[in-house]
Amino acid sequence: MPVTTATLGGERHVFPDLRALLACASPRRSGDELAGLAADSEKRRVAARMALADLPLATFLTEALVPYEEDEVTRLIIDGHDKAAFAPVAHMSVGQFRDWLLSYDADSTALAALAPGLTPEMVAAVSKLMRNGDLVAVAAKIRVVTAFRSTIGLAGRLSSRLQPNHPTDDPLGIAASTLDGLLFGVGDAVIGINPATDNVDACCTLLKMLDEIRQRFDIPTQSCVLTHVSNSIAAIEKGAPLDLVFQSVAGTEAANKGFGIDLALLGEAEQAALELKRGSVGDNVMYFETGQGAALSADAHHGVDQQTVETRAYAVARAFRPLLVNTVVGFIGPEYLYDSKQIIRAGLEDHFCGKLLGLPMGVDVCYTNHAEADQDDMDVLMLLLGNAGVNFLIGVPGADDVMLNYQSLSYHDVVGLRHLLGRKPAPEFESWLMRMGLADPSGQVPPLGRDAAPLRKLLAGG
Amino acid sequence: MAEDVIALDPFARFRTATRARIGLGRSGDGLPTTALLDFQYSHAKARDAVHGAVDWDVLEEQLPQPCIRVKSQAGDRSTYLRRPDLGRLLAPESAALLTRGDWDVAVVIGDGLSAAAVHNWAVPVVWAIHMRLNGLSMAPVVLADQARVALADPIGQALGATLSVMLIGERPGLSVADSLGVYMTYGPKAGRRDSDRNCLSNIHAHGLSPAAAADKLVWLMTQSLRLGLSGVGLKEETPSLNTGADDNAARLSHSSD
Repeated sequence: MPVTTATLGGERHVFPDLRALLACASPRRSGDELAGLAADSEKRRVAARMALADLPLATFLTEALVPYEEDEVTRLIIDGHDKAAFAPVAHMSVGQFRDWLLSYDADSTALAALAPGLTPEMVAAVSKLMRNGDLVAVAAKIRVVTAFRSTIGLAGRLSSRLQPNHPTDDPLGIAASTLDGLLFGVGDAVIGINPATDNVDACCTLLKMLDEIRQRFDIPTQSCVLTHVSNSIAAIEKGAPLDLVFQSVAGTEAANKGFGIDLALLGEAEQAALELKRGSVGDNVMYFETGQGAALSADAHHGVDQQTVETRAYAVARAFRPLLVNTVVGFIGPEYLYDSKQIIRAGLEDHFCGKLLGLPMGVDVCYTNHAEADQDDMDVLMLLLGNAGVNFLIGVPGADDVMLNYQSLSYHDVVGLRHLLGRKPAPEFESWLMRMGLADPSGQVPPLGRDAAPLRKLLAGG
Repeated sequence: MAEDVIALDPFARFRTATRARIGLGRSGDGLPTTALLDFQYSHAKARDAVHGAVDWDVLEEQLPQPCIRVKSQAGDRSTYLRRPDLGRLLAPESAALLTRGDWDVAVVIGDGLSAAAVHNWAVPVVWAIHMRLNGLSMAPVVLADQARVALADPIGQALGATLSVMLIGERPGLSVADSLGVYMTYGPKAGRRDSDRNCLSNIHAHGLSPAAAADKLVWLMTQSLRLGLSGVGLKEETPSLNTGADDNAARLSHSSD
């Protein structure tokens, strides 16, 4: 693309290509500084945003950030673009697109129809012109509904992943964390374990264990062991009761190669899971995690800023009709997102960009102990995402993941946010909570007495 | 009596199976005060471990042989956390302190992400290695400030060591803030990858003891010198030992050390 320039206060800023323009327009974050891509002054950052605001949105259809010939993710984006869906905004600049997204014209119906016409780069670009409040306001207008044994993403609902990790995959320990979460009404999006022992047999053992708990209590949810996609395919071949195929995905072919995957392998896994026909109310069988910094950590970012390349990962996810997608926003560490300001911003960007592209977006609201953040900051991000209509959040016992050694949200946080915002779990799961006596007639999940009947029922069999 | 205990804590029978914070109780939808403050204390210990400085003077007095003090190119903790690349490079004035010798092994103690781990476990691990050398020659111990795992590469190379061994503070979790990790690399030099290293992690009061860690390490050192390699190739013969340098590898990040 031609060199872009912006003159601001008599100072001329030159951006040699589209990648540089996008990187300089990004809010400050440590990962772009680590990569040497960030604007070197606040003035240059605003100058880049002004130049970006004037850029025609259609530029992204002809100027690839990662070469088409070298990268199957670029080919997926370009070859899969829906020109008819793009038509309503085809004439706009990036700045005009922001104004339109915020306008009353851009309602839920219009935004849903637009999604196949948008590319990740368009979405990333417009997010750089938006304040946190804009990211919340527009995302809140978008509904993306998916289903397997529960229906996720309906208006007025907030789902949750129950994450019962254990440092040695101890079955009783995992069962304890699972039952604890169910008592809070957590787990309607998925009961998902990050395994400590990562091989096919361990995966099969955990899948059987989770499926037994689900069947014993007749819970309308799905389980998942977050192992490599090739392990999931092998587990299916061994006859394991696998509901969802999990995979971490990134925004370039080279970064995905670092994960040991490509698009063909993901397609193969989706097909294998679909053939099991285990869903009861829907057939979305894929679960993806992403996160800013993944491509840079694989040295596979092609000079693209970390937020834009993250958004390209959503194009990968979109191709496989996932039930769930979440960014693990604060997990990857302070060299990519330094502090709570950067983590909160990135969480809102990822949620907004995923939703705008038509993904059932959730967020792992989280941080590590070497980031400048704490549970107060997670409260802020959780409240913002709740208002933004996030499809699901992740809950672990007491917010402390004893296997991955980081902090997410607690079961308490999930139930508290639902009550505060008047959000219900997935409808099938809500009915189950009432049948179990865990939810009261208004749908709320109140504290239980120490010898309450539902508590005894769940814990007796554990 | 037993029934009374169960009535007090419905999760009692699970507590030995997991250190997860289960059955905390509820104050409305929030955490009870005791659980809230307990969490904050655990986080405070982890934060202090990350931001604490190692008192190298105290450490040097307790070690079995003379030491060399070096720094990485990350000048302070804030830079260290943002720029892992600088934590892998030797400061120029430090490089000048290292003279080439002919050593089987160079041991480096790096602060990493937990000063508490280095304070509590580095000295007993070095002594345990020292007592098991069986004739292997060991270079002066290098004490490295603002160090990442790969800082042992230029140090080992400059000292002319066949093996480098980095003892380094691991990223603290809420349950353990003082866990020490050990990374061994054959033929240390700039550009070595995580897959070239063998790792022993979780040296702390509830994990691997210094003696057990030294036993495993010396076995690894002997095998590595015999085979002329380290990392994935060595791991295949010793499935109980981990390779790699990164807690996060299983999830998203490809490498952070």
